[in-house]
Amino acid sequence: MTAAVAGVGYSPFSRESGRTVLSLAREACLGAIDDAGLAVTDVDAIVSFSLNHDSVPCQAVATALALPGLRFAADLDLGGQAPCHLVGLAAMAVETGRARNVLVFRALNGRSGARVGAMEFAGGGAPFRYPIGYGAYSMYVAMWARRFLLETGHDAEDLAAVVVAQREYAAANERALRRRTVTRDEYLAEPYVVEPFRASDCTVEVDGACAVVVTSEERARDLRHRPAVVASTAYRAGPRPGLDIGDHLLWDDYTRNYTSFLREELFARAGLTPADVQVAQIYDCFSSTVLMGLEGLGLCERGGAGAFVRSGATALDGRMPMNTHGGLLAEGYLHGMNTVTEAVLQVQGRGGTRQAPHHEVAVVTSGALMDGSAMVLTRGNS
Amino acid sequence: MTDLGDYRHVVDRDRVRLERCDACGRHRVEPMPSCPWCGSTPTTAVDAAGTGRVYSWVTVHRALDDAHAVDVPYTIATVELDEGCRVFARLDAPPATVTADLAVAATFLDHDGWTELRFVPAEVAP
Repeated sequence: MTAAVAGVGYSPFSRESGRTVLSLAREACLGAIDDAGLAVTDVDAIVSFSLNHDSVPCQAVATALALPGLRFAADLDLGGQAPCHLVGLAAMAVETGRARNVLVFRALNGRSGARVGAMEFAGGGAPFRYPIGYGAYSMYVAMWARRFLLETGHDAEDLAAVVVAQREYAAANERALRRRTVTRDEYLAEPYVVEPFRASDCTVEVDGACAVVVTSEERARDLRHRPAVVASTAYRAGPRPGLDIGDHLLWDDYTRNYTSFLREELFARAGLTPADVQVAQIYDCFSSTVLMGLEGLGLCERGGAGAFVRSGATALDGRMPMNTHGGLLAEGYLHGMNTVTEAVLQVQGRGGTRQAPHHEVAVVTSGALMDGSAMVLTRGNS
Repeated sequence: MTDLGDYRHVVDRDRVRLERCDACGRHRVEPMPSCPWCGSTPTTAVDAAGTGRVYSWVTVHRALDDAHAVDVPYTIATVELDEGCRVFARLDAPPATVTADLAVAATFLDHDGWTELRFVPAEVAP
């Protein structure tokens, strides 16, 4: 049995929702169930993730949805590494008969509530970062970016290309928080936040929620939309991933993240190669992770990601449209769950004005540094 | 401020105390119950020479907390010590002069109740 994503749901995205996280989660989950064409009582499993208790547990959503029960649940204490991994868990639950219809959601007041950009991550590595003023996630990714840019021959022009391309997409996305396009010159004129990053290199924090429903491909065929088949998922932490989510002191190579480690398994399980990818949604809490992900997945050769983006290859009329919602950089920081939902919409052919013309095979990544996950979605038959 | 935890044990006055694995000889800065390379437990405490090279660095223009806001812009480096392990520390050098593999040397800054390990370019080290 193969699993598929049958529907997606969103709450509104805003800078101040004025609502509880549970209310946002409920709206997104109900939206996904309805979008799939299922009844609420068809759901028998929920999986989700949170950072420092910034969300609500699966049991709370089961309660809010008045579900008769849950046969499978998982609350992961993870950030952006989680979404593809959770779709993988949901797919395994479906494929092994432990669940029939699984909600995967992320919900948070990430702007008006606890902000990840200013959050301390407790753990064994914390005393070696926070007291010295090395305390923001942006700083850690910037630390990797610096070495990556140097070793791979990239520079600010390549970060600019990522930002400009994604903001172009966001201008046409009503959900995006940053809808104003930026030019290369405007980007380069921005002051640094954490050099080599400027404000536009950093994701925009948001209040909101989104969700998908994972079910069997067979059931999905009878539902409202064409199934987005979960052809493969993979999670990977490389060696010595550290003592907490921000601890990269033992990571040998800042120029390669988890994508380099899971690439082979990811594509082999799908029976596909990087050359088969027609749409990519690459995790982008910061611009540099897009370049690193493109190279890590083998979608570009090492050192070639910047030139690839600058060539227009990732635009809607390019060879491989990428981050078609504007990414986390512009749509908002739903920690990559909105990266997953966008991929589903693209594979299902529901991208509207930003629909990629070829969308049989999409790749999605979740995460930026030592560990993370990815998946390949393929267009199923209805 | 974050609990200093093991930091005060590792950076003690003008020493940087490393754990060296008795089995594989690798050093580590963060104290942990076993070697992250080979998994064995016996260790010997050794003092770092205090010299190393810059592996990567960032210059912070917008600090996360008030305590560090007065210092911007400041540079944090990932320094690879000569013993082969890495540490994060402030690098006191003009940002434009920092390069990959820059040779650096340890300095120590006393705060109220703790000592901070910092680095300066080796050529200007006292």
